[in-house]
Amino acid sequence: MEFIKADKLTFEYKKTNDAGQEISTEAIKGVSFSIEKGSFVAIIGQNGSGKSTLAKNMNALLIPTTGKMYVDGIDTSDLTRLWDVRQRVAMVFQNPDNQIVSAIVEDDVAFGPENIGVDPAEIRQRVDAALSGVEMSDYRKKAPHLLSGGQKQKIAIAGAVAMEPECIVFDEPTAMLDPAGRQEVLNVIRKLNARGITAILITHFMEEAAQADQILVMDNGEIKMEGSPKEIFRRADELKAFCLDVPAPVALASALREKGIELPEDILTTEVLVEELIK
Amino acid sequence: MIRDITLGQYYPGSSWIHKLDPRVKILATLLYIVALFVIHKFSGFIVAFVALEAVIIISKVPRKFIWRGLKPVLLIIAFTLLINMFMIKGEVLWQMGFLHITREGLRTAAFMGIRLVLLIIGSSMLTLTTRPIGLTDGIEALLSPFKKLGLPAHELAMMMTIALRFIPTLLEETDKIIKAQQARGADFESGNILRRAKALVPILVPLFISAFRIAQDLAMAMEARCYGGSVKRTRMNEMKMGSRDLVAALLFMVFLALIILQRVFMG
Repeated sequence: MEFIKADKLTFEYKKTNDAGQEISTEAIKGVSFSIEKGSFVAIIGQNGSGKSTLAKNMNALLIPTTGKMYVDGIDTSDLTRLWDVRQRVAMVFQNPDNQIVSAIVEDDVAFGPENIGVDPAEIRQRVDAALSGVEMSDYRKKAPHLLSGGQKQKIAIAGAVAMEPECIVFDEPTAMLDPAGRQEVLNVIRKLNARGITAILITHFMEEAAQADQILVMDNGEIKMEGSPKEIFRRADELKAFCLDVPAPVALASALREKGIELPEDILTTEVLVEELIK
Repeated sequence: MIRDITLGQYYPGSSWIHKLDPRVKILATLLYIVALFVIHKFSGFIVAFVALEAVIIISKVPRKFIWRGLKPVLLIIAFTLLINMFMIKGEVLWQMGFLHITREGLRTAAFMGIRLVLLIIGSSMLTLTTRPIGLTDGIEALLSPFKKLGLPAHELAMMMTIALRFIPTLLEETDKIIKAQQARGADFESGNILRRAKALVPILVPLFISAFRIAQDLAMAMEARCYGGSVKRTRMNEMKMGSRDLVAALLFMVFLALIILQRVFMG
């Protein structure tokens, strides 16, 4: 079943220049796609390709200029159903510091449910469940500024989970983290996806995209490629044209193949590559 | 250096005083301050002192923390004492040139000194025993009756919550900017006051810009989390008045009654 559906969606940023003229830049140019319920989709593309703009269109932070975006069948441009949309699609942003509202971890996780008017006893349950889901229960009473970047990002994810959304959009959640924090956050995303939450991950890291079920490649406001990681990373030359790389193990495997070592075409991770080489 | 600053001055604990409803504590503190100004005899201060001492002992807040709150204002207290001592006319006890100390001056000085010390310790007991969030929640609840008059109680409390949350973030930001400017040869430590003030401009401008950027990010994140003001908003930690709060309120009434009786019958 499709959960998110974009239909010929365009988005323009409007800006007034010094002369008072209105300039509009088209960030997304007539994009159509659909995302299945419960899937794990990665969106990759270079800076300025429109992936963050697309993400913000998915929970009505931005409304399409033309075309439509449907979330669970709801048209996001229908402002009377704004809260319905945002309850279904939560969002986690890039900078862990700038999305935490409260000076105490558990109060921050409670912020979303409080906003939608959940019963206090149920908020408490949701907060406890969300915090243990990201393995941060021990830090419930701590102040967020004392935590590491990865821990802060896990708190932000718990805050999104506590709203019990059906889908979470992660807008480059690992861009500001160290490798350990990145791994932790990615594990949490995969765990949530395994629980049935639709995960949409916008990322610069091809290794992260390789773990998704489906990849959308964006360039210059358009979706240029779409398919499973195996299909996408097989086309390394096309990716290069969009200034994108393939994950290191994929690159290594294809280089080895060129040297005449027999390897299957669908290697994505280091583990599989090592296994194949040992054989 | 700049990171060591603690948030507010809350002393975590689970004493009887800590567990009191913030609303009770805020109101009691306000009335306590009023009471200090009602007192006009030293005997009244004994009552106020005993009450405060009892609160300190029950709260188990170490004296060290209370002293820390008092230290920054000692200078102001000393200044008040001196002014009072020398400026008030009356029976002269000591004189040198135009300076003179009078009996009335000494009395008023001592009086003001005790009043200020009790006032500062009393109000810092509120912040020492109440979580910052509890304080803002309490203020919101106490101000909410004025909503009908157009007072944005929820918005004020939300602003305070966010301010408390972002103090450390902005301090870190300041630290970063200072280091970045120093790395490019900025000098913040030499020259006269005017030069030093001028040297602050390259810190303040980037700091303001980054504060605006943070505000924009935060607003977006809050919107994404369905924030829509106080309409139909619930709270995870609802404030509930318990028997504990009733006992505290009664005890405080006794204190107020003592102060008033003392004023009426011993004045």
